[in-house]
Amino acid sequence: MDPELDTLDRRLLDEFQRDFPLESQPYRVIAEQLGTSEERVLERLQALHQAGSISRVGVVLRPRRVGISTLAAMQVPEERLEAVADVVNGFREVNHNYEREHAFNLWFVLTARDAAHLAGVISAIEQRTALEVCAMPMEEEFHIDLGFRMHG
Amino acid sequence: MLNQAQQQLIQAFQEGFPLVSRPFQEMGHALGLDEAQVIEGMRRLQEQGIIKRIGVVVHHHELGFSANAMVVWDVPDPVVREIGERIRRAECVSLCYLRRRSLPAWPYNLYCMIHGREREETLQKAEQLTDGCGLRGYPREVLFSRRRFKQCGAKYFDGSS
Repeated sequence: MDPELDTLDRRLLDEFQRDFPLESQPYRVIAEQLGTSEERVLERLQALHQAGSISRVGVVLRPRRVGISTLAAMQVPEERLEAVADVVNGFREVNHNYEREHAFNLWFVLTARDAAHLAGVISAIEQRTALEVCAMPMEEEFHIDLGFRMHG
Repeated sequence: MLNQAQQQLIQAFQEGFPLVSRPFQEMGHALGLDEAQVIEGMRRLQEQGIIKRIGVVVHHHELGFSANAMVVWDVPDPVVREIGERIRRAECVSLCYLRRRSLPAWPYNLYCMIHGREREETLQKAEQLTDGCGLRGYPREVLFSRRRFKQCGAKYFDGSS
C-alpha cells in the first residue's frame, strides 16, 4: 500500500467499494461515517480519481445480465503488439485490454448488444490484424465480488 | 429484459457518478428524471441483480498492487463447479469464472484473478489456492499482467446506434 495515502484516503478506498448510500447527498452520509465533511470527501475522491487510484465512483454491473460479453485472447508477435493493441482498442466494444506474459499475450473483454454483433466484432479484429481471436465466454461466476480488499 | 428508462440509466452511470453534493439529481437532469426516480431506478436494478455493487472502483495497479495475475486451470467438467464453490470462499481471489475452453489452443476453463504487491506474493497466493481448493495436479498457468492498454467500464449500449 502506498504509504503516502493518508487514513481518510485508505478508508475511502477500503470501506466504500460497496453499499454506496443511495440517498440525496451520498457523500455527506459517507463523510458522517468518517467523521469529516462532505467537501473533504468530494475533494479527496476527486484527487484519488486524478491520481488514477480510482477509476470512478459508480456501479459495477453483473456480467451477462446486460448485453453479451466474452473474454478474448490473441497470440501477437512481440514486434506487432502495440499496433495490434491499438487496433483492438479502436473498437468501442472493448472495455479491458491487457498484455500478459504468455504466448497468448493480448487479453481483452468484448461486450456487445447480442451474439451476432459480438461475432461481427471478432471477425473484424481478425481481418484487420490477420491474427486469430480465441473467445472464452463465461459460463459461471463463482466469486462474489465484494470489491478489492487492501488489508488482509 | 430492460426497459428503455433502465437502459438510459445504465448508460448515464457508465462514466461514474458526478462528484457533487447531489449526484443523482445531476444525473437525473440529463435524463428528465428527478432525483428520487434515479435512486429508485438504481435500487430496482440492484434488486434485479443487474448491478453487482455500487461504490468506489479502484485501480489495483496505482495502489501498489502491481503483480497481478490471471491464474487458469484445466479442470474436468464433472468436478469444476465443486472446486469453484471452494474458491468462492477463498479470500485471496477477487474474481473466479468458469469459461468455455477455446480448443485446441486453449484448454483452460477455470479462471482466478490474484493481486499482489510483488510477484512472489502473488505466486504464493496461487500456491495456497492450488492446495487449499484441491487443484493440485490439474494443468495450470499463471499469466502476470504487463501493460494495460485499456480499462474502462463496459459500454453496453451504444448511444449512437
